[in-house]
Amino acid sequence: MTIDTSIVEEGEELARPSQAPATGVVTAAPRRSSRGPRKFLFLRNSKAITGMAILGFFLLIAVIGPYIAPYDPSARSDDILQPPSWEHWFGTTHLGQDVFSQILVGTRGVIVVGFVAGILATTIGVIVGVTAGYVGGLGDESLSVLANVFLVIPQLPLIILIAGQLPTVGGVTVALVIAITGWAWGARVLRAQTLSLRRRDFVEAARANGERTWRIITAEILPNLTAIIAAGFVGTVAFAVLSLITLSFIGIGITGEWNWGTVLYQAQSQLALQRGAWWWFVPAGLCIALLGMSLTLINFGIDEFVNPRLRSTGLNAKSLRKRGIRPRIGFTPVVYEAKEDRS
Amino acid sequence: MRFFLRRFAFYAITFWAAVTINFLIPRLLPGDPVSALIAMNQGRISTDAIEALRTLFGLDQDVSLWQQYVDYWALLLRGELGISFTYFPTPVTEVIQQALPWTIGLVGIATILSFTIGMLIGTGIGWRRGTWADSLLPISTFFSSVPYFWLALIAISVFSVTLGWFPASGSYDRSLVPTWSWEFIGSVIYYGFLPAMTIVISSIAGWILGMRNMMVTVSSEDYVTVAQAKGLSERAVMFGYAARNAVLPQVSSFALSLGFIVGGTLVMEIVFSYQGIGYFLFTAVAAKDYPLMQGIFLVITLAVLFANIVADFVYGVLDPRTRQEG
Repeated sequence: MTIDTSIVEEGEELARPSQAPATGVVTAAPRRSSRGPRKFLFLRNSKAITGMAILGFFLLIAVIGPYIAPYDPSARSDDILQPPSWEHWFGTTHLGQDVFSQILVGTRGVIVVGFVAGILATTIGVIVGVTAGYVGGLGDESLSVLANVFLVIPQLPLIILIAGQLPTVGGVTVALVIAITGWAWGARVLRAQTLSLRRRDFVEAARANGERTWRIITAEILPNLTAIIAAGFVGTVAFAVLSLITLSFIGIGITGEWNWGTVLYQAQSQLALQRGAWWWFVPAGLCIALLGMSLTLINFGIDEFVNPRLRSTGLNAKSLRKRGIRPRIGFTPVVYEAKEDRS
Repeated sequence: MRFFLRRFAFYAITFWAAVTINFLIPRLLPGDPVSALIAMNQGRISTDAIEALRTLFGLDQDVSLWQQYVDYWALLLRGELGISFTYFPTPVTEVIQQALPWTIGLVGIATILSFTIGMLIGTGIGWRRGTWADSLLPISTFFSSVPYFWLALIAISVFSVTLGWFPASGSYDRSLVPTWSWEFIGSVIYYGFLPAMTIVISSIAGWILGMRNMMVTVSSEDYVTVAQAKGLSERAVMFGYAARNAVLPQVSSFALSLGFIVGGTLVMEIVFSYQGIGYFLFTAVAAKDYPLMQGIFLVITLAVLFANIVADFVYGVLDPRTRQEG
């Protein structure tokens, strides 16, 4: 909920320095720029809006879920393996538990672990990536090797290995393990971008002015990285959610607490498939897919916001045809082209 | 050559890091599950095996950490990974040996298929962007956000339970003897079809999206315009100029996302009870079989590293710049 405004502000900041890479916010088609003030440009992207709306819905459920759940998710009843009905919207389990309540209550665990892991991993990623890109030389070499090592080592088996050997696993522990293994992608992208920012004129000017390194990084470089950091954060949250659910699905993880993965774990271990109890595993999966899709859509929005080439191609076929444009190769309907400089 | 030397050094470091992580995890984490297991199996394990387990899990408190580390490496280089508790008293290496061909066959073929098909579709969509082809994007977004194992659940419930076309679990007909006969191979393909298709469908979306976006970026480059201006056929420009360049970042991202894909497909094996590494990892986790877990992690990392080396080699062949001297 807080995230949407922050991304908009970040996007606006990114657009301000004229040297910023490939922002080209002004390059929006003129028809569009007449609508509303420029700072809501990010929110005019239909993909981003859809994503935000779905994410907002799940955040709301995460907060109020346990209060609006019609039943206690663990309470047994006599309605065993009932298909969806008015009493049980998503049917019941082999013990007569209400699947709908399980999913409502389980949303909180998923969202909390996802965001905690996302915040932690992004922090590590920013520290490592920006340091590597800014310092350069040997420090850069060793930090990027570190990031690449963590990228190449298969994360899920590593998470399973660590979580499987812990005596007790709580939500925060899982988030921590996911963050430790999942920060590398963001760091890699940030390093590349910092590297290209480091030699820009405005950074050189700040350096010539005798600004401290700390200030150059926080005041000159970081604001220009916000879109990428936001994209990395969203991506990491998606990764963390998937990892948490996978962990719960194979039976590692938070015991005695509901999340979508534990619902699926029970469905799988109680042979829901063979009993034809589709209502047991379909809703949880669809929730995961919806949440994942909303995060992907937000990321598309950020991508198209940052890279005008993608944005223009994001115009759909109908609107292009309306403007009498036949899409072809070598053709990018950007009003005046922003130089692509994303090394 | 410098490119390959650098990459080789990198893989050596990664391997070292993986082994060291494996060494440190049981030593850093609280609790001491393995000595309990050893005590439980007292008298059934040979003294040699106990010795190996003590080294693997750092139970020799009187030895310095460095000495433990040296012993650990010595043990690994001899190919010893301890014994599995679940499949007592089979050594971990033997369990992995049985499982590995199945995983490499299933995951390898499915991943290569999905990469190739994804590249082709992505090229097509990227080339005809702004047409009906773009409507495939939301669908692929959906598939890229669904966890692999959930698709597997759906596939089983539709194709095995409801329609009864494919078996829901296992990797070949149990009444057959594993030999190189047509009957057996046919049965393996029959049993492997559903898991392989599920892997392809769930992982293909990422490739389509990546390739599509790269095609869009590349196709507005000058050399594509020049190729068009020369009057080359659409097909020649699409594959020879645009796709040829767009595929490069895809190959390197293939290498990097391999670890993620492998992780997802391992869970797939669990759902299908496919007797590969993932299934054994699952049983190891359920039975708290720590030696098997650690051994499997090492082997998976090795396999991913090897696949990375292959991807690097392909990249070197595709991109002449990497072969440049100096």
